[in-house]
Amino acid sequence: MRLKCLLPVVIAGLAVAPASAQELTGTLKKIKETGQITLGYRDSSVPFSYLDGSQKPVGYAMDICHKIVDAVKADLKLDKLETRLNPVTSATRIPLIANGTVDLECGSTTNNADRQKQVGFTNTHFLTATRFVAKKASNVSKFEDLKGKTVVSTSGTTNIRQINEYNTEKKLGITILPAKDHAEAFLMVETGRAVAFVMDDVLLASLAAGSKDPGAYMISADALSKPEPYGIMLRKDDAPFKKVVDAATAAFYKSPEGKATYDKWFTKPIPPRDINLNLPMSEPLQKAFAQPSDSPDPAMY
Amino acid sequence: MNYNWNWGIFFDLSPEGTGTYADMLLSGLMWTIVTALCAWVIAFAIGSVVGVLRTLPSRAAQAVGNAYVELFRNVPLLVQMFLWFFVLPEVLPESWGTWLKQLPNAPFYTAVVCLGFFTASRVAEQVRAGIQALPRGQRMAGTALGLTTAQTYRYVLLPNAYRIILPPMTSEFLNNLKNTSVALTIGLLELTARARSMQEFSFQVFEAFTAATILYILINLVVVTVSGMLERRFAVPGR
Repeated sequence: MRLKCLLPVVIAGLAVAPASAQELTGTLKKIKETGQITLGYRDSSVPFSYLDGSQKPVGYAMDICHKIVDAVKADLKLDKLETRLNPVTSATRIPLIANGTVDLECGSTTNNADRQKQVGFTNTHFLTATRFVAKKASNVSKFEDLKGKTVVSTSGTTNIRQINEYNTEKKLGITILPAKDHAEAFLMVETGRAVAFVMDDVLLASLAAGSKDPGAYMISADALSKPEPYGIMLRKDDAPFKKVVDAATAAFYKSPEGKATYDKWFTKPIPPRDINLNLPMSEPLQKAFAQPSDSPDPAMY
Repeated sequence: MNYNWNWGIFFDLSPEGTGTYADMLLSGLMWTIVTALCAWVIAFAIGSVVGVLRTLPSRAAQAVGNAYVELFRNVPLLVQMFLWFFVLPEVLPESWGTWLKQLPNAPFYTAVVCLGFFTASRVAEQVRAGIQALPRGQRMAGTALGLTTAQTYRYVLLPNAYRIILPPMTSEFLNNLKNTSVALTIGLLELTARARSMQEFSFQVFEAFTAATILYILINLVVVTVSGMLERRFAVPGR
């Protein structure tokens, strides 16, 4: 019965645009057939994608993904597109993208050349660089100021490798302590066991903002690395879907709404504890928003 | 499935700069084995003592043994890891706590102690079961010969009991080996942690965990083979 009702519509559609109706493949085809799109979210990537007070996934990357969903819906001319939400972790995000459970991963996933062999990324939505957080009272503002001091970084990250290399190269005699997680590393700065914590700047900002006395900390202006791009992840080799997503994100970033969404999550109090990250949009990111790019190469930004 | 298989990934350099991904996994395997062996030494020693306590005539000794087993057996291993690692340094006097926190390789020592104490409660149960499985007559015969309780255990009960419980002890050892993976939550870079960081860097999830699985199976097969040889070597003749 339903099929018969749809038949004239389908025929009409074929008559108007025979090419596009036949060419639907991959993710777009799946979305059209099921009327569903699945977004992967992270539970604690503040402020990109995390659970708010009522256990609902919110965040900067989630806002962007909802924009993409609207664009996909418009592109496929669907009346109704159901958005399903699926939690992912750093270990499950690749298999879930690969096996088709999740269509878009909305979080803080670094886009690099190695990972592009496995998945695709849309236009960069954030740039992060290796910096350090320290107490204002300890009078360090540049990486050179750390000479002969004790610093901490999280073990198993690229950041600790960078500070190690920098230390060896410049012969600064910095003592580098590995910490098992970001919270413990920050605690070491808070209790004075280390003078600075070397990490991705956006993580440092959220740790400092969530601390007992956010005003007591500063984040270094100079960075140890070139800015590394974060992108929303999708399946590799699905050009039609990527084209729609890229067009949607590019239009969004160029519009005033893109900047407004950034400001909403990075310069204003955010749920659930109303902390303010105080991280105005950096110059490279302003450029990346003006000319959206999915390049994994830090030198491009 | 849209997945880009790349089995050559193991020979690529890992971004940690210390060698290839294969080297990374093998260093994880080394930590897994060392942690399991050290923990087993503690588990076997404490487990034997506690198991014996639970079979002694003294009510007080039985109570101590029971308390130990119920405490360590009934708290999840993950929770125990967190307690040893995060809570213990805070409840100790401050200077001790600071010393503990600044210990190099602190996750390793914590994991060994925690896993050792946890597995000891399971070993204790096996030892107790082994002793209680012996005919009552053996203990009585020891007493009749004029042996003290200690001598009865040393020369009559334990040599028999350990032989009986060798097969279940193999299982406990295998569990102990696999339980080392829980220590990744306190920062021990053992095999599972290494597989996770490999997939984090390279995004080759299935290759990383397949390699870890195969390594676990291989090492466990070695354990099973060795314990099979031990079982034949120590079997009670005529039984």
